[in-house]
Amino acid sequence: MRNLDEEIRQGNKEIIAEDKSSVFNVEQLNLWYGKDQALSDISLKFAENDVTALIGPSGCGKSTFIKTLNRMVEMIPGVNITGKINYRERNIFDPKFHVEELRTKVGMVFQKPNPFPKSIYENVVYGPKIHGIRDKKILEEIAEKSLLGAALWDEVKDRLHENAYSLSGGQQQRLCIARTLAVEPDVILMDEPTSALDPKSTLKIEELVQELKNNYSIIIVTHNMQQAARISNKTVFLLNGVVIEYADTETIFSNPSDMRTEDYITGRFG
Amino acid sequence: MNYMNFEEVHKKIKSRLQINSLAKGVFFFATLIGIIVLTILIYRVFSQSLGWIDWQFLTGKLSTRAEKAGIMGALLGTLWLMAVVAPVTMFLGVGTAIYLEEYAKKGPVRSFVQTNINNLAGVPSIVFGLLGLTIFVRGISLGSVVLSGGLTMALLVLPIVVVASQEAIRAVPQFLREASYGMGATKWQTTSKILLPASLPGILTGVILALSRAIGETAPLVVIGIPALLLPFPDGLLSKFTVLPMQIYYWTIDSALVAEYANLAAAAIIILLAALFLMNSIAIIIRNKFQKRY
Repeated sequence: MRNLDEEIRQGNKEIIAEDKSSVFNVEQLNLWYGKDQALSDISLKFAENDVTALIGPSGCGKSTFIKTLNRMVEMIPGVNITGKINYRERNIFDPKFHVEELRTKVGMVFQKPNPFPKSIYENVVYGPKIHGIRDKKILEEIAEKSLLGAALWDEVKDRLHENAYSLSGGQQQRLCIARTLAVEPDVILMDEPTSALDPKSTLKIEELVQELKNNYSIIIVTHNMQQAARISNKTVFLLNGVVIEYADTETIFSNPSDMRTEDYITGRFG
Repeated sequence: MNYMNFEEVHKKIKSRLQINSLAKGVFFFATLIGIIVLTILIYRVFSQSLGWIDWQFLTGKLSTRAEKAGIMGALLGTLWLMAVVAPVTMFLGVGTAIYLEEYAKKGPVRSFVQTNINNLAGVPSIVFGLLGLTIFVRGISLGSVVLSGGLTMALLVLPIVVVASQEAIRAVPQFLREASYGMGATKWQTTSKILLPASLPGILTGVILALSRAIGETAPLVVIGIPALLLPFPDGLLSKFTVLPMQIYYWTIDSALVAEYANLAAAAIIILLAALFLMNSIAIIIRNKFQKRY
């Protein structure tokens, strides 16, 4: 017999529980490229299964910020960082939390598709292989699962051993997404993933993001405000390295609280 | 007010075009000189060696009698030498290049090392002979054997491999490195799985250049005591040996005494060129195999 009371109580709990677990908790983040300050006092909380869009004019620090989350910005010489970033309660700057481990949990898709000059299959299994998975059967399963997850399997299943460069731009980008999925991350960072692609591929990838958000948390930098409005449920507006506004996407686009946000959205600058 | 006068332009056109044609002629002439010299060389070598290259010549031992002389000893010596130079210079050269490009932090130390390696390329080869003599022949008492010769020559051509490898590694696009690191690869994994396969064509080009230089250099070998006349065939790293260039040198010098030596020298030159050609072809085949992956 179903206990309806219990079910209703549970249901209410789920609606009330707004405090979803946070995947990234950024506190007072400051970043300098040499003497130039690129990010100032950024404090943000990213929740699980959110798709958060980062918007703002060129040079506002969106790419810099997202690269700080997987510590790839530190590969640039002369970078200085202060502040705290926690990935699920773990300090990402803790020397014991190795960068190689962080990046298995936080994957990245870049602006320009960058598959390796190897076969499609070799590209997808690169991640699992470098993390120690050797069993061929397992690798093949991972490859299929990841390519399915990236909506590319049907198009390449018969030519897995062809060179990745034989794919179109949109397919290559989906291959890069498959590659990222193969490592089974928790968070996927996307740095303007569709700005180098044609509208048809862009649409495919936007649909993909909608599917992926059920299992992953996504943070996506985009120059395209319509894209942000289409695919995200939370939006951050950055200007000159400062967070101007962070709210539900609907709010940002229909009723922003800051004048500058409104000016940017309506195209008065940017 | 316009500054361009079409009349003036029209007047000057003829002489400008003439100078243009003259320049083209000069450059072509410069190239032609090189081609002519090469053709004369090839013709001389081939005509002088006609009839002197036979099975006995290729496999026979040395002899002071021209008809009986064979170059097997010198040929084996050259091959043994290359067998040492190739792996040593590749290992040291590529290792240095990887360190300088991927691991060393930009700064005074790295610049210092880089400058010194670049300058090594300009050091006269005979100085390397002295180095080899001091360290390998006498220092660790190897004597004038294949290993000493190989190590000395490997050091001589090392800068060629280092510079070519550095260029090749530098040419690998940054976005490939980013993709690898983004998935949590270590520096070594990125280097071995992505960078080296991608830069292999350039590295092999460097190795080809290095081996081509090493096969013909004689001065350092003279200093470390390689004889021009040696009867026994080399059979190991610690054997005494001689090489084709030394043989050619000996025959050329003494061709004033024995006319046929000139023919032997020409024949040996052909064999040397053939060995060089074979070595380069192997390297080019390997290089093409890796280049096709793109």
